[in-house]
Amino acid sequence: MKPFAYTRPGDAAAAVATVAADPSAVYLAGGTNLVDHLKLGVAGPGTLVDVTGLLSTAITPTADGGLSIGAGARNTDVAVDPRVRRDYPALSAALLAGASGQLRNMATTGGNLLQRTRCSYFADLTAPCTKRDPGQGWAAQQGWARHHAILGAPEGGCIATHPSDMAVALAAFDARVHLLGPDGERTVAATELHRLPGDDPSRDTVLEHGELITSVELPALPVAARSAYRKVRDRASYAFALVSVAAALDVADDGTVRDVRIALGGVAHRPWRAHRAEQALLGGPATDEAFRAAAAAETADARAVDTAVGGNAFKIPLVAGTVTATLRGLAAHRTEAA
Amino acid sequence: MDSTISLTVDGRRHELTVDTRTTVLDALRDRLGVTSAKKGCDHGQCGACTVLLAGPGEQGPGRRVLSCLSLAVAHDDAAVTTADGLGDGTDLHPLAEAFVTHDAYQCGYCTPGQICSAVGMLDEARAGHPSAVTSDLSADGPAVLDRAEIAERLSGNLCRCAAYSGIVSAVSAVSAVSAVSAVSTGAGASR
Repeated sequence: MKPFAYTRPGDAAAAVATVAADPSAVYLAGGTNLVDHLKLGVAGPGTLVDVTGLLSTAITPTADGGLSIGAGARNTDVAVDPRVRRDYPALSAALLAGASGQLRNMATTGGNLLQRTRCSYFADLTAPCTKRDPGQGWAAQQGWARHHAILGAPEGGCIATHPSDMAVALAAFDARVHLLGPDGERTVAATELHRLPGDDPSRDTVLEHGELITSVELPALPVAARSAYRKVRDRASYAFALVSVAAALDVADDGTVRDVRIALGGVAHRPWRAHRAEQALLGGPATDEAFRAAAAAETADARAVDTAVGGNAFKIPLVAGTVTATLRGLAAHRTEAA
Repeated sequence: MDSTISLTVDGRRHELTVDTRTTVLDALRDRLGVTSAKKGCDHGQCGACTVLLAGPGEQGPGRRVLSCLSLAVAHDDAAVTTADGLGDGTDLHPLAEAFVTHDAYQCGYCTPGQICSAVGMLDEARAGHPSAVTSDLSADGPAVLDRAEIAERLSGNLCRCAAYSGIVSAVSAVSAVSAVSAVSTGAGASR
């Protein structure tokens, strides 16, 4: 680990001023990703600016009937909050599907959104990775690409995926992310917070240096009360998603889809809001055939990587199967309730 | 770069000057001689370093966390409870006792983290926290811990001897008792 200075400012504005003034400074919150990267040498900041203790940890109702979650709220506390469990169950389920009990007790809402890819080549200083060190090339393109992107990745370029489960649910629910920067406050849609790799894969998000996430706002969204999160991974627990689905579904009495929200994890450089699939389903029948066709429409442009040690072509049918199973579960739940 | 901090470990308060890079785990083991928490992977993947941590002013033994990913400088004035501090000095904590009874130890390297994790987990279950295998997220009251629930909630603790079956049995036995009387607050937390 490279030596670094540590400071704990008195408030968020002072923290922002400190980081904005120092190109080598980064924020420290729960530390579950950053401290690992300090040890690996993936990150080597000159200064850690500790924001735990100065960010809100509160989960409070908003004027429009939604919820505001302080950026310092721990993953555990958001997952178990009774209002989150009742009104946004896919968010609770996504959080509970992520990491382990110990890590959920440490990780914060803001930090979870800013965690970096778990691509093993990104974390391995002996492997060429242009996301980590510009111009080096792409070990993942020839390597173990099982966990890598099928959507939104440039051909032959960065195929890293965003690892957060929570962010997938936030993308499905049109959450808004509030930021404080050296020039004041601004708000970004959760679906617009993370970037596709494009020609600068080193940037995960649209945040400028010094900008700090202060809270996440969930809008009032009645369909979110009928939502679920389904995560497919290589072992039963404590593993990142191969493919995950956050979905909400409202089926009318005549069996047609009145409202639907779908977001995918494990498939792209950012949580992937499945607008095409949603459009394909709206107003149509809530059947397995329709769910499967909608998922296929979403992955029509998917590009898989085929390598000697493990490609990711399996994710294309896995998206269809996981979307179908998730929506089927939500549709069946409605039938039971009726 | 150095920083002076205070840590209360298993009821005993220490002042120490640490390099900012020092983790809570390294402070415990290398600086304070508390070797109960183990260094397994040192990257947050195995759970062997699990301790209970209460921030300044927090009541009780606190939450289960990974000491290998916690920087000591960021936990000034925290209270740490390791598996060492859970017993009362004479008798084992009921979970440690149950690990003996149910053959959950094997090599024992992961055990202190397993026990701290189980103590923290039982507190979470009593507080009504659901898990990824809980079918009804809206259910109220303490969580009912069957074997699947215990396995899921302890999945952050790896055991390479694969004593999992015994570990789940041990935790199951204690959770059945703790459903009627709280046992999680060991002597370490109140000393």
